[in-house]
Amino acid sequence: MIRVVLPAHLRTLAQVRGEVSLEVEGPATVRSVLDALEARYPMLAGTVRDHQTQQRRPFVRFFACEEDWSHESPDAPLPEAVASGKEPLLVVGAIAGG
Amino acid sequence: MSRVRVLVGTRKGAFILESDGKRQKWEIRGPYFAGWEIYHMKGSPADPDRIYASQSSGWFGQIIQRSDDGGKSWHQPGTPAGETKTAEGMPKGESNKFVYDTGTAPLTTHQFYDGTQHPWEFKRVWHVEPGLTDPDTVYAGVEDAALFCSTDGGKSWRELSGLRGHGTGPKWQPGAGGMCLHTILLDPSHSGRMYVAISAAGAFRTDDGGQSWKPINRGLHSNYIPDPNAEVGHCVHRIAMHGSRPNTLYMQKHWDVMRSDDAGDSWQEVSGNLPTDFGFVIDVNSNEPETIYVVPIKSDSEHYPPEGKLRVYRSRTGGNEWEPLTNGLPQSHCYVNVLRDAMAVDALDKCGVYFGTTGGQVYASADGGDTWSAIVRDLPAVLSVETQTLS
Repeated sequence: MIRVVLPAHLRTLAQVRGEVSLEVEGPATVRSVLDALEARYPMLAGTVRDHQTQQRRPFVRFFACEEDWSHESPDAPLPEAVASGKEPLLVVGAIAGG
Repeated sequence: MSRVRVLVGTRKGAFILESDGKRQKWEIRGPYFAGWEIYHMKGSPADPDRIYASQSSGWFGQIIQRSDDGGKSWHQPGTPAGETKTAEGMPKGESNKFVYDTGTAPLTTHQFYDGTQHPWEFKRVWHVEPGLTDPDTVYAGVEDAALFCSTDGGKSWRELSGLRGHGTGPKWQPGAGGMCLHTILLDPSHSGRMYVAISAAGAFRTDDGGQSWKPINRGLHSNYIPDPNAEVGHCVHRIAMHGSRPNTLYMQKHWDVMRSDDAGDSWQEVSGNLPTDFGFVIDVNSNEPETIYVVPIKSDSEHYPPEGKLRVYRSRTGGNEWEPLTNGLPQSHCYVNVLRDAMAVDALDKCGVYFGTTGGQVYASADGGDTWSAIVRDLPAVLSVETQTLS
C-alpha cells in the first residue's frame, strides 16, 4: 500500500481524514500514484494535475523522503520507502497568497 | 408565505441567507466550501431546490458543486461520496472537467496584456446559469472566455464553441480580472436566444441556442482601445434584462451605463446625472422594467465609491435620470467595491434589492431601494449575490 498525505482542502473534498492508502499497480511513480488516487477519489481529478495536460498544478508540490519530487519525471520510480509504505508521498499546497 | 433565499459567494466560502417575505429577520448558514473561492451560485428557476455553485482555488483548480435540497447538502455532480463508478461502470468525477472543444473550433490565441497573442487556457468558472425550464441544464461562463453547457445536471460539460470560434476571438483581451465570460442571460420569450458578456471583448448574442454568435457592441465607445468604436474589445462589466421586456438590455460598461431596445443591435448611453459612470453591477426591478439600479464606483484605478459614500443609484426612467439611495448605507469613510455579480433582486412586491461588498457586507432593501440594512457585515469579500423567491 502506498501512503499519500493530501493538503487539507483536498482531504475535505475527498471526505477523508489523515493519510490515504492506495493500491498501486506496477512501479510506484508519481503518475501511477496519482492515477490510483483519482480512481479511488474521482472528485480529486483535476485538482492536483491539470485535467487535459496532466501537468502538475503550479502551486502543488510533491515531496517524498525529505526530497522534492515536483520536477522529476512523473514516471521516475519513487523511493523504495514510499513504494513499501514506510514513508508517505506528500502532496503539498504552496504557502502562498491568502 | 413567500420566502427569500440569498446565495452569497465569497473569497473564502459560500453563505446562504434566508428570510420570510418580510425580509427583516435573516437566518445565516455557512460557510460552505470553507477556504475556497465561490465565484457564483445560482438556483434553478425550474426547481428551487437545485442550486449550482462554482468553487475554485488558485491551488487546486475548478470544482462544480450541486445541491438538490436547497443548499443543505452538496456534492460534485456524478460523484456521491464513496462511489467511484456509475451503475454503467463509468468513472465519475467529471463535473470539474472543462475542456475546450478544439474539434469544432480550433484553439486560437487572444490578445494578452502586453499586446502579444496568448493561447487560450482554462482557469475557472465565473458564472453558472441554470436553464429556465430544465433543472439539469446549466450554462457556465469561464475564463479564458468561453461558454460551456451541461444537460446532465453538471456531471459533464461541453463547450458551445461557436462563440469562441466565431472569428473575433483573436481580438479579445483580458481585463484586470482576467479574460472572463461573466454574464449569461437567457431570453424567456425566445428559446434559442441568449446573451453573454466578456471582459474585455463585449457582448454577444445567439439566436439558435448557442450554435452561432455575433458581437452586439454597436454604440459602445471605449477610449482605452485603439479604435474606440471597434466591433469587439469593449470591457463590458454586466448586462441585465427584465423578463417581460427581453429586447431591452441594460449594461454597466467599464465606463458608461448603456441601454439597448433592439436586443443589443444598438446601444445608447444612459449615464445621465450619475456622479461617475464607472461601476460593475446593474440590475432591474422585478416589478418595474424601467426601474434600474447601479452602484457608481469612482474610477477604474480607485475601486471604491466616490467621496467614501456608498450609494445605490436608481433610475425609474430606464436611465438618464438617476437618484441616490442612501438611507441605511454608510455615507462616510466607505471604501469597498461591489463586484459585477454581486447584486440581485427578488420577485416580491415590493421588490427586494440585495448587494454584497468586498468588505463583506450584504445589504438588503425590502422596499425597492428606499431603505437599506445589512443582513450580515463581516463575511469574506463578496464575489456574487443571487436570490431565490420561494413560495
